[in-house]
Order: sequence, then C-alpha cells, then structure tokens
Amino acid sequence: VDLDPVVLSRIQFAFVVSFHIIFPAFTIGLAAWLATLEGTRIATGNSVYRRVFDFWLKVFSLSFGMGVVTGIVMAFQFGTNWSVMAERTGPIQGPLLGYEAFTAFMLEATFFGVMLLGRDRAPPWFYFLSCCMVSLGTMLSSFWILANNSWMQVPLGHTIVDGRIVPADWLAITTGPIMRIRWPHMLLAAFLTTGMSVIATGAWYQLRRQQPAEARVMLHWGLGLVAVIIPVQLFFGHLTGLYVLHYQPAKFAAIEARWTTQQPATEVLIGIPDPSAERNLLAIEVPKLGSYIASGTWDAKEVGLDTFPPEDRPPVIIPFFTFRLMVGMGLIMLAVSWFGVWLGWRRRLDNTRWFLWVAFLSFPTGFVAVLAGWFTAEVGRQPWVVYGLLRTKDAVTPSLATNDVLFSLAAYIAVYAVIYSFGFYYIYRLLRDGPSAAAEGPGDSSLARVPAVAMKSVPGART
Amino acid sequence: MTVVEPSALALFWAGVIAVAIIAYVVLDGFDLGVGILFGTTRDNELRDGMMNAISPFWDGNETWLVVIGASLFAAFPVVYAVFLPAFYIPVLLLLLGLIFRGVAFEFRYRGSARRLWEWGFFFGSTVVAFVQGAAVGAMIRGIPVVNGQYAGSRFEWLAPLPVFTGIGLVLGYALLGAGWLVLKSDGMLRDWAWPRVPRLAGTVLVVLALATVASIAERDRVIGAVFHGRLWGLVFPALGLLAMLGIFASARHRRDAWPFAMTVLVFLASFATLAVLFWPYMIPYSITVGGAAAPEASLSFLFWGAGLFVLPVIAIYTIAVYWLFRGKMRKRYGQSDGGG
Repeated sequence: VDLDPVVLSRIQFAFVVSFHIIFPAFTIGLAAWLATLEGTRIATGNSVYRRVFDFWLKVFSLSFGMGVVTGIVMAFQFGTNWSVMAERTGPIQGPLLGYEAFTAFMLEATFFGVMLLGRDRAPPWFYFLSCCMVSLGTMLSSFWILANNSWMQVPLGHTIVDGRIVPADWLAITTGPIMRIRWPHMLLAAFLTTGMSVIATGAWYQLRRQQPAEARVMLHWGLGLVAVIIPVQLFFGHLTGLYVLHYQPAKFAAIEARWTTQQPATEVLIGIPDPSAERNLLAIEVPKLGSYIASGTWDAKEVGLDTFPPEDRPPVIIPFFTFRLMVGMGLIMLAVSWFGVWLGWRRRLDNTRWFLWVAFLSFPTGFVAVLAGWFTAEVGRQPWVVYGLLRTKDAVTPSLATNDVLFSLAAYIAVYAVIYSFGFYYIYRLLRDGPSAAAEGPGDSSLARVPAVAMKSVPGART
Repeated sequence: MTVVEPSALALFWAGVIAVAIIAYVVLDGFDLGVGILFGTTRDNELRDGMMNAISPFWDGNETWLVVIGASLFAAFPVVYAVFLPAFYIPVLLLLLGLIFRGVAFEFRYRGSARRLWEWGFFFGSTVVAFVQGAAVGAMIRGIPVVNGQYAGSRFEWLAPLPVFTGIGLVLGYALLGAGWLVLKSDGMLRDWAWPRVPRLAGTVLVVLALATVASIAERDRVIGAVFHGRLWGLVFPALGLLAMLGIFASARHRRDAWPFAMTVLVFLASFATLAVLFWPYMIPYSITVGGAAAPEASLSFLFWGAGLFVLPVIAIYTIAVYWLFRGKMRKRYGQSDGGG
C-alpha cells in the first residue's frame, strides 16, 4: 500500500476516532446507570446506592473529560483532511454535527455542573432531574452522530441542485429507516459496554473481598441489566444486517466473504479470506445456512462480490473478522450474564470464584464489540465515504501533502500515548481504590472540562 | 467572481460567528495570556495565583472555539473546507496545544511530572496564541482558492507578515492576561503584573504599528485600494490607538479595572478594522459571505434549534459564571473553607 494522503488520512481518522469512541460509548451507559442509581436511592432510601453513585460519578467525570478533549480533535478532522467531503456534504453534515456540538456543550454548561457539585445545594428532585438530563444529553449527542453516520451509509432526504447536495427532508435525514435501527443498536451497545464494566468492577471487589455491599449492587444489577439487554441487542444486530443486505449488498458479501454468487449460499463461520485468489482458506462452512440467514429460506440466491466491479468492492478481511469479533463478544456477554443471573438466583453468585474471575476478565468485551462493530460498518462502506455519492479517494483535501499527514499522524500518536497513559492510569486508580475512597470527597474529577461554576467551592476538589 | 448577496439567515450566522470570535478572542485570550506569562516566572506562589485566577473560566472560554467551528461547518461549509486545509499544521498545533493546556490544569496537582505539565501549559498557550495570530496575518495576505478548495502552499502561514502577527497576538494575549491578573488578584501577584502592563503595551504598539503598515501594503498589493470607499473605517484604528493611550494612562494611576477594559477595547477595534478590511469576504479575497453560505434549508434547520435556543443558553450561562466569580480572587477554589 502506498503511503499517500488518502491512506494516511484514513489511518489518522481511524486512530483518533477509535480512541474517542471508547469514552462516549462508556459515558452514555454510565450516565444512564447514574440516573438509575440516584432514582433507586430516592425510592428506597438505601445509602449503599449513594456510595455506588459517588464512586461511578468520579469515573464518569474523568471519562467525560477524556471524551471532550478527544472530541474537539474530531470536530476538525473533516475540514483538515476531508475538505472535499466537507464542502460537498457540508449542507447536511454541518448542521447534524453542529447540533451534536451544541447539544454536548449545552449539557456540559448546565446540568453536568449540578451533577458534579450540586449535591448539597440542590433539592433531591432537582439533582435527580439533572442526572436524567445529563443522561438524555449523552443520548441526544449520540443521536446526531448516528444521524450523520447513517446518512453517510445510506444517503437520503437530499436533492442535487447544480451539483450541490441540498437537504430536502430533514425528517427523513434524522429519522430515516436506517437511523431507527442503528441508533438503538449503538445505545444498547453503550449500555452493554458500561454494564460489563460495572459487572467486572463488582467482581473485582468480590475477588479481593472488599466492599461487599457495593460490589453486590454492581454485580447483581449489572448482570441483570446485561441479561435483559443482550437478546434485544442481538435482535437489533439482526435488523442491522438486513439493512446492510438491502442497501449495501457489497458490504454484506464482504462480511460473509462470499466471493461468488451462490444458490443456495453457504455460510462461512470462520476462515481466512484470501483477496488475491478470491477464496477462503481453512474455512469452516455450513451449507445452505447463508441463504437462511440472509433471506429466511434454505435455497435463496445470494449475491457474491463478483457481482460488483472491482473498483466498487470493499476490503474483505477487516469486515469479515471484525464482524465475527463483534458477534463473538455478544455471545460471551450472553453466556456470562445469563449464567451469572442463574447463579444469583441460586444464591451462589457472590462466592463462585471461577465465575467472578470470568466476569472480571470479560471487562473489555463491550469496548471490543463497539470498536469491531464500527470497523465493520466503516470499512465495509468503502470505497465510498458517502455511499454511492462520494468516493473516499475523491473526498480527501487536494492540497494535502504526504509529509504533513505523516507529521500530524505521528504527533497525534505521540500526544495520545502520553495523555491516555495518564488518563487510563487515573481511571484505573479510581477503580482500584473503590467506593470507600470515593466517599471521602468528590474531588479528583479532574480532566473533565468541569463547568466553571463547578470548580469553585467544592471542598477537596483538585487536591 | 460574481458577488452573491447574503440572505438574512446567512447574515445572522455570519453575525453569530463574528460575535463568537470576539467572545473567544477576549475570553480565551486572557487565559492564554496568563498561560504565556506563567512561563516568565519560576515563582511557585505566583504560578499558583495565575492558575487560580483563570481556572473557573478557561474551559467555558474554549467553548466559544467550538461554537465557531460548528457554526462554520454548518453555515459556511466552503469556508470550513478552505480554512482548515490552508492551516493544516497550525490547526494541528492548536489542537495539541489545547490538549496540553487542558490536562495541565488537572495533572499539575497530582504530584508526578509536575514540571512537564507546567512546561506544557506555557508552551501550549504560546503555540495556540501564535498560530491564531499567524492565521490572521495569512488572511490579510489573501488565501488562494481554486474550485472551492485551498490552492496555496503549505507554509503561507510562515511568511513574514503572519509570523509578525503571530508574535503580535502572543504579546497581545499576554497584555490581556496581565490586565486580567491586575483586575482579579491582589498582593504579590498584582504587584508583579502591574509593571508588565505598560511594557507589554509598548511592545504590542510597536508590533501592531509595523503589522498595520505591512498589512496595508499587502492588501494594496493583492486587491488594491485600502479602505476604498470606506474611509469611515479609519475610525476603528483611531479608537484602538486611544485605548492604547488609556492603558498607559491607567498604569500611572494604577486603576485595577482599566488595563483589561482598555485592552479589550484594543482587540474590539482591531477586529472591526479587519472586518472593514475584509468585508464582504469570508476567505480573503476569494469567497464572500453570500457565496459561502449553505443552502437556506441548512441555515434555517440550524436557526430554529441552535440559533434560537442553544446560543442564548450558552450566552446566559457565560454571563452567570462571570457574575458568580466577580471581584478579586483571594483563595484557591479547591481549598475554600478549610476543605481539602
């Protein structure tokens, strides 16, 4: 592969967006989890929920800060490296991403401050309302991001006037049929990511025999939540597959590593796609299952990559493996949560140590699934940046020099290495010290661009 | 090219962006300036005082940069698509500078690698100020555009005039920062900041005068006729000069509120001068406000939510914060009331 500005810009975008997405994916779920905890505390009056809340609030604020810092970088990528796309599709992507920025900052400017520091000043109902509003804000943020990305996957609701892309139907753009599948898919993924993290943290404390009351809340709630959500998520995943089959058949064929059109189609469970020979090595296949998965009948004809001219085909290897990685993570979550709930029902959850180890080690499953899913969606969309409208190679900034992108990519990697090392270290330290340390004060929230009002007057903040 | 008359909505969003730029330059300007001054002393007590004087404000101030970026992409995508590639490396430096500045506020208190974060805070602030100034200089020289895309070289921003305006803005922000410290602190820190006000003002005046001459020559070279038909525009540089004199006068009598207020006036006058110089161009001298505007369907979609609702909320919130933290800052915010 030649290191030209297009390839380097794609690597740079993949790098900064991958490091960014792990924080929003985490904080969307955390915000909802915090609102749930606070609501439960008000309903039950049980102080254990307050201690769990205070603990996760600190993790939330640090993660939120990391998300904001890396998000500002994202806001400039489209302009610096993909200026043709920015100019051509700006009339649609600009307002969508603009709303995302405005929504995020509104949320930050108001209710996040109350949530961090208003505990002693605001009445309980208002504090709870603030938690709900922050949660709503994170979901709205993801709404705009998904609306934008869904439009890039399946552009609709626009007309082309004098070669210019002009929005015609904002309702279709923001709430089209793809959006109605992909936004819930992302929200559920975020909930699962947070759920698995909460489970793992609870299991960690149980293994170390620390803070049993708080650990029990995390473990039992987390497992229950994931157990309920994961089947729904698998269903939405299935719907996502159907939209891909219908609107992006080339991506579907790439995910399936189906090189030639087949009737009936076999399903490649696992194998090693070989793009140069257009076949799969060491493949484990199930005859006819491919037809059933795609069309619901055992003998349907399914299109292969040979249907598409070479310049319209997406890469196969990345979507093929990342898709299977995502599904695999989902199945692990299903197994862990259902077995964990069963153990809880038999009252053996808190002292089945091998299971606690499994639960602890499955901490990254949600993050891996989110990243793998996005890689499937984005790489599978190639060679288009806006599907059917604009090719990736035509979208790059024309004035961009290879050396400039090399320099910026190296700079981002170097700076992120420093910032993330410290950021992850502080989050690790928070998780390790646990709720009893959190109870000493809400300080430490740090990195977060804590709204100004906030900074003041909190005893212990920033020490 | 034919000049497209901007619609009412396009003017509204151009106005929003203009106000956001002014808000950003004045607000983030003073905390960037304090960050620049931070590097000129090694005294820990002074450094703590400086951090303290801006810590409740800096992140809110940077919000305006995001408002500018988001509004540009949404309302004037052509400008967004030309401006950012024209300043590819400077924008990168800006973002990395902001990251280092941001984390310095938090990591500095955590004990380990304190020197690294302090260095990052000073260096980040200086770099951010310089590239912003350099961008202004490059805009005065004119940004070449072909087919709606940037067509200049990679280092236009390192030509003499942009380097000059870059240094000018570093000094200008430092002046604003010194004014802020005088306004918000007392005791040792105020005594340290006061003598720096007239000295910085003097150097800013010299750099500004040279930059003005160079700018007029450049503008004359590129499209001819400076202030042609807009002689009334000369009122703004005159106003800026008066404000400069106000800074020197206030330094004699040591009135704490004056240097900051007068420096803000200098910045407003400079902005107005540039606006008169550039109008009707958004990318001088190739893309106009009317020509760059997104379709009406985009502008109005943005107007009914962001324009009517979100922007007022951000504005009210900003005012509330400054009202809450009015007056001198005597304590470190984190250490109030014996907590900690």
